[in-house]
Amino acid sequence: MKLIVGIVKPFKVDDVKEAVKELGVQGLTVSDVQGFGRQRGHTEVYRGAEYEIDFVPKVKIEVLVDDGDVDRVVQKLVETARTGKIGDGKVWVVPVEGVTRIRTGESGPDAL
Amino acid sequence: MEINTGDTAWVLASAALVLFMTPGLALFYGGMVRSKNILAMLMQNFFCMGLVSVIWAALTYSLAFHGTGKYLGDLDLAWMRDVATTQPTGFALTIPPLAFLAFQLMFAIITPALITGAIADRMKWLGWVLFLALWAILVYAPVAHWVFSPAGWLFKRGALDFAGGTVVHVNAGIAALAAVLVLGKRKGWPHHPMPPHSLPFTLLGAGILWFGWYGFNAGSALAGNALAAQALVNTHMAAAAAMLGWLIVERLKSGHATTLGAASGLVAGLVAITPCAGFVAGMAPIYIGLIAGALCYLAVSLKFRFGYDDSLDVVGVHLVGGIVGSLLLGLFADVSINEFGRDGVFLDGGWGLFGDQLVAVGATIVYSFVVTFAIVFVLDKVIPGGIRVTEEDEETGLDQTQHAETGYAFERV
Repeated sequence: MKLIVGIVKPFKVDDVKEAVKELGVQGLTVSDVQGFGRQRGHTEVYRGAEYEIDFVPKVKIEVLVDDGDVDRVVQKLVETARTGKIGDGKVWVVPVEGVTRIRTGESGPDAL
Repeated sequence: MEINTGDTAWVLASAALVLFMTPGLALFYGGMVRSKNILAMLMQNFFCMGLVSVIWAALTYSLAFHGTGKYLGDLDLAWMRDVATTQPTGFALTIPPLAFLAFQLMFAIITPALITGAIADRMKWLGWVLFLALWAILVYAPVAHWVFSPAGWLFKRGALDFAGGTVVHVNAGIAALAAVLVLGKRKGWPHHPMPPHSLPFTLLGAGILWFGWYGFNAGSALAGNALAAQALVNTHMAAAAAMLGWLIVERLKSGHATTLGAASGLVAGLVAITPCAGFVAGMAPIYIGLIAGALCYLAVSLKFRFGYDDSLDVVGVHLVGGIVGSLLLGLFADVSINEFGRDGVFLDGGWGLFGDQLVAVGATIVYSFVVTFAIVFVLDKVIPGGIRVTEEDEETGLDQTQHAETGYAFERV
């Protein structure tokens, strides 16, 4: 099993959710995050004083999948979240040692 | 003089309008501080309505408005003695003395409240309470007496201040500078960004200030008459023009017209028209507003050049706006508007009035700066640990550390 972690532009979250649902993904987790990449931050001006805002708001999407589904889901996520402009975000995949569904106690791929 | 019911009604209503400016100012400033300090800012402002009122009844109304001394009044009306039946010295009012007492009290409340914008985010609550009491007695009462009381030396000299350009704005503005020089910069300023946490609050506050300022300026006619109408129109036009003046310069210099710029510009215009409101007419308030809006925009950058942390630009807006208005009055004043006024340079009145305005501004600056500096300096020595909060408390925020409350109690894990 793998955990797919995607950092995407906030306005792309709904599109990504719908797209991976179509692939049969049963659940995902989103959170509001801030950070910077090559896009860097932006500048705000208050009464003539410029402030560099280094951290840009993004959304983090986390999806648990079985090993065989990783490539399809990552590809779909990348396709859907891409605008082609700087600041589109990143996706990475990490191995997962175990998963348990709290309600039933099922574990392993059955818990996905 | 006989009591006039129309005059009385307008002054009573104006007192309520001016009182409402202090909560407005609290929101104007509150929106500009960081979210961990919103309650402390609101509290410092609201508390002025409490403490200054009681001091006014006990002491400062009498010191400011009764007695024939050139520099300070007397204590005949202290402790509310005979206030309902005694006229303030030198006035021939058509309103009950208590209406005058109430109206002037609201000015005494908002003037020290203006200073909170400069000292934001770093003064102990106890420090503010003691500062407020001392400042109301040692600074506000004498300066109000000099300028507003017919017995005062600046009034006698012929300096004009319709509603408090020197007494309120120059006075609070220079006091703000003195206070922050003793207090020091906020931790992290100017390298760490401290943007406003709620500009909607700031705009709401600016709107309340504009609304209340009709009472501040038009109420200062102390009558419901043509002069009050002139002052109200002047007030409105100056605020409108100053908003434009600020935004034009801001757009040219930094690329955007901002909401904070609109709010700041209109306040700068209201400040500048305050001394002039009952002494000018025609297009003069619009010229005064445009000049004040543009100059105050340029003035708010001075703190970065000179390195004093006037957090929310009390110096840039109130000191500079107050000076601009008080001096421009020396040019634009028109005696045909108000028989108690004088003609300025543009009305062929010569430079006499301008000179007297300079003296009034200069005297207020010197006195208020010196006494305010001394008050904060002494309090910093006598309060255990100093007048400033600890570095840790400043980092945590004044809401939690000074008031044991949280401004925004959103449910979170």
